[in-house]
Amino acid sequence: MSQYSFWGYRRENGRVGIRNHVLLLPLDDLSNAACEAVANNIKGTLAIPHAYGRLQFGADLDLHFRTLIGTGSNPNVAAVVVIGIEPGWTQRVVDGIAETGKPVAGFSIEQNGDIATIAAASYKAKEFLQAASEKQREQCDISELWISVKCGESDTTSGLGANPTVGNLIDKLDPLGATTCFGETSELTGAEQVCKGRAATPEAGEKFIDTWQAYMDEVIEPHKTSDLSDSQPTKGNIEGGLTTIEEKAFGNLEKIGKKTSYIDVLEPAEAPGKGPGLYFMDTSSAAAECVTLQAAAGFVVHLFPTGQGNVIGNPIEPVIKLTANPRTVRTMGEHIDVDVSGILRREMNFDGAGDALIDMTLRTCNGRLTAAEALGHREFVLTKLYRSA
Amino acid sequence: MSAPDFLVHGATDNVGVVVVETVRAGKQLSGWIMDTDETITIEALHDIPLGHKVALKALSDGDTVIKYGHDIGKVVAPIEAGGHLHVQNCKTKRW
Repeated sequence: MSQYSFWGYRRENGRVGIRNHVLLLPLDDLSNAACEAVANNIKGTLAIPHAYGRLQFGADLDLHFRTLIGTGSNPNVAAVVVIGIEPGWTQRVVDGIAETGKPVAGFSIEQNGDIATIAAASYKAKEFLQAASEKQREQCDISELWISVKCGESDTTSGLGANPTVGNLIDKLDPLGATTCFGETSELTGAEQVCKGRAATPEAGEKFIDTWQAYMDEVIEPHKTSDLSDSQPTKGNIEGGLTTIEEKAFGNLEKIGKKTSYIDVLEPAEAPGKGPGLYFMDTSSAAAECVTLQAAAGFVVHLFPTGQGNVIGNPIEPVIKLTANPRTVRTMGEHIDVDVSGILRREMNFDGAGDALIDMTLRTCNGRLTAAEALGHREFVLTKLYRSA
Repeated sequence: MSAPDFLVHGATDNVGVVVVETVRAGKQLSGWIMDTDETITIEALHDIPLGHKVALKALSDGDTVIKYGHDIGKVVAPIEAGGHLHVQNCKTKRW
């Protein structure tokens, strides 16, 4: 054990989670109602409704399955009941999750109706929940922890205080073998060459710049109607003092620390495959979409620096909020887990702020509910690549 | 030093970030350059909100704004030292 350890749930495949959810996972929008009904029947289970899953195809469909299977496979999830409108695609999700070895069962609605499906799924969910409730936490080294990072409603205090605090944590935990992930492809615009230079290998750097360029060529350029000055940075960013995308990008990049290099570039919701280290994931910069993809890739705790006060949470991956903005601490402190506004007053340095964030991360891993969990924030937002058929 | 009114990331930056809610036109501001641990002062020409930028030198149309030691955009209207630098006088070079 290194100097940092936490109490986690070891899953059948060896991965470690920090929550013990029994998930009711809809294959598609039509199955949300049944999942929510089962969650109402069986107290302590968690339904995660979403908007998609019908008539998708190609890479967009692949991403849909990867996200659902990844979400169910996340080690914060003890067991999963999948409900879909029909059995074929439902079974595909069940089979994907079953590869982890965790308990999973599928139910489909056609030829059964909602009521019979809900009844059958409720018996199974009750069985899974009671089994999960006996699972014990065990001591785990920090090298078994997968941490994702993404900032939101950023302002200039993010780049001055909250983001470099996350960077300080990554610089301290990377040498200890933690697995970490940042994303937000469009939000590195202006700092993309600097970000390329932060790759551990030339291959990873090329992969990053190709990913960034593809986002520009395939998403931004064909769809923009004017410049993006009111979208990136957002109105909230501008209110907080951020003027340009370049300024936002350099603040964003503070989150990966001063010395840590990323070892690979991941597709959206792709699980890391090269062992411990820092990864870049190709994601939107919209908070809930990004965190949903990171959770689906297997990350179990999220660090979320905010300036103006983004309130996001995720149903399965606890989101820890930190801010350096003293006004945000004063006006919406119920959303903030770690206050690093002392950095702006020179009362706190990055080393102390990073240690405070490590402490809160370990407490969260041990079971402390984050502000977002206590306030019921469960934003589960699937990324869609293009319109359905 | 006591708590600064603005912070500057790098020694080559030509803007600082106001970190208090009390900057009014005419106020003498104390600033801290984080990279070099130097202290500087400047007089505010405008009321500048928390988180917004103050120009550390006079900047002309077309000048590059430097923050974090990097190019963060171009000046599109002249600014005096101590002025409020934001979307009214600075724009991205990207889109």
